[in-house]
Amino acid sequence: MSPDAHSAELIEELRKISVELRTDALRMIYRRGQGHPGGALSAAEVIAALYFHHLRIKPEVPDWENRDRFILSKGHASAILYPALAKRGYFPVEELDTWGEIGGRIQGHPDRLKTPGIDMSAGCLGHGISIGAGLCLAARIKGLDYRSYVLLGDGECQSGIIWEGVMLAAKYGLSSLIVILDYNKVQLDGRVDEIMPLEPLREKWASFNWNIMEIDGHNMEEVLDSLDEACRSSDKPTVIIAHTVKGKGVSFMEGKAEWHGKAPSTDELEQAIKELTGNG
Amino acid sequence: MAETEFTRKIFGEALAEYGAIDTSVVVLTADVSSSVLTSYFAERFPERFYNVGIAEAGMIDTAVGLALGGMTPFANTFAALLLRAVEQIRSCAAYADTNVKIIGSYAGLSDFKDGPTHHSIMDIAVMRSMPNMAVIVPADSTEVRKMVPLVAQYPGPVYMRISRADMPVVFNDSHRVEIGKGVTVRDGKDVTIIANGHLVSRSIEATGLLKEKGIDARVIDMHTVKPLDMPLLRKCAEETGAIVTVEEHSIIGGLGSAVAEAISRDYPVPIEMVGIADKFAETAPDHDSLLDYYGMSVEDINAAVQRVLDRKERK
Repeated sequence: MSPDAHSAELIEELRKISVELRTDALRMIYRRGQGHPGGALSAAEVIAALYFHHLRIKPEVPDWENRDRFILSKGHASAILYPALAKRGYFPVEELDTWGEIGGRIQGHPDRLKTPGIDMSAGCLGHGISIGAGLCLAARIKGLDYRSYVLLGDGECQSGIIWEGVMLAAKYGLSSLIVILDYNKVQLDGRVDEIMPLEPLREKWASFNWNIMEIDGHNMEEVLDSLDEACRSSDKPTVIIAHTVKGKGVSFMEGKAEWHGKAPSTDELEQAIKELTGNG
Repeated sequence: MAETEFTRKIFGEALAEYGAIDTSVVVLTADVSSSVLTSYFAERFPERFYNVGIAEAGMIDTAVGLALGGMTPFANTFAALLLRAVEQIRSCAAYADTNVKIIGSYAGLSDFKDGPTHHSIMDIAVMRSMPNMAVIVPADSTEVRKMVPLVAQYPGPVYMRISRADMPVVFNDSHRVEIGKGVTVRDGKDVTIIANGHLVSRSIEATGLLKEKGIDARVIDMHTVKPLDMPLLRKCAEETGAIVTVEEHSIIGGLGSAVAEAISRDYPVPIEMVGIADKFAETAPDHDSLLDYYGMSVEDINAAVQRVLDRKERK
């Protein structure tokens, strides 16, 4: 797909990081007794690729004006983002233990006012594209060349406001807007194709005049290549439809709506870590 | 008839004029630029103007993104239609505390001809219940014009109402405006009429008739519903011992409620509220007759003053 071949070392390193992020996320959810494991695990490769390779960021200057922006539109996947931010140095790794505590900086859903590295607060679904588009419009006026990355859930594509943003980004030709759609096919109540079908999904985005790619969202090379390719778009916003598995890497969570928003027991956590780290 | 001015036009011109000075200002409109007259800004600064189509929720979130990118966005549509975007306003403007300026035009009953779908009688209740949100209801065109730069420079999210009506002139150009500071339009010792928006002029008119009955009424233009001017409110309660609130809004959750919440805690005195009862209005041939019919006439203000003074006497 891309002329920028990524080294086997880089791919292996990012793959390892994605495993760490998964185990961190599950430990956080276990400790807190709350959280959303399914949609966190499905996004691990994308988050690893963005925060440990692709994004132009300076964790030591979190509010650097020309940094790439990242919006976790599917805010409930915060458990996979927080460990990435901590490991990149936005805040101490130990602070992950305070997740969800009163007075803590690490809120249940991302809060831009409390947590260093969070570009936008999230929680309610459907906001990411329009906000990302607004950031791109601001960059255009200011003559800055940062890009806005939005991690979108599949379920939130059922909300009308998503398509308001899709239309707007196409109208203004926002090639600096890159949306990664974590298409894990499962939402809170069940399978997406049963709750409210999205297919034909590719054709929907195409008809709105977006640049479209479809990848295996758990294949690190494809994730990296698609992000590079998206950066070459000159006149259209890009959506990377990342086919993923909800609860990826943990056999008893994979594809199960019941793991959208519940914490594992002690035994379940142990089993999950074994499966993820290959120490079974 | 009192002298009136074309309020929407004055707002549109003021926004364009301020946009020339402050290049961080960007303007968004949801297909109503020729109605709310953001068209003046669009003509002068097309590169800083976004017509998002009939997509109010998307407009708010796009404005939020622009604010995160360091711009000062003014998001404009009819006040009634902003209710579509309440979750966006709550989550992304208020909770995330972004520097978004939300302009609700055609506010109150001023879009008299289009009926209850276009009347905005609950916008103040919704907006002022949101933490971080400032809420402003200017009394006339002069106040609108002077508010525009202040709203732009105010840190954080602001909601400001603009009337579709040609508002009666209350203030001349020497009028000094400050967000969060009420204006004593007329002093008086027997009762305080606290009004905002279009009904400030009617409240002033009411004081003439009251004076003939020997009632010396004070009139406050409380253009900022939030943050409320507590020192002024307490002073009025102490000095006059009775309050009548007057607003072009439901009596549930608006200026009257804000005053009552504050006064009941701080310095309880009898309060009467003039506004729209808990019901939807209807279409009408003009704005003034609609205000009269739904309980916001000069006579209604006078009757409320009479009631509150009776209660004050009985205390």
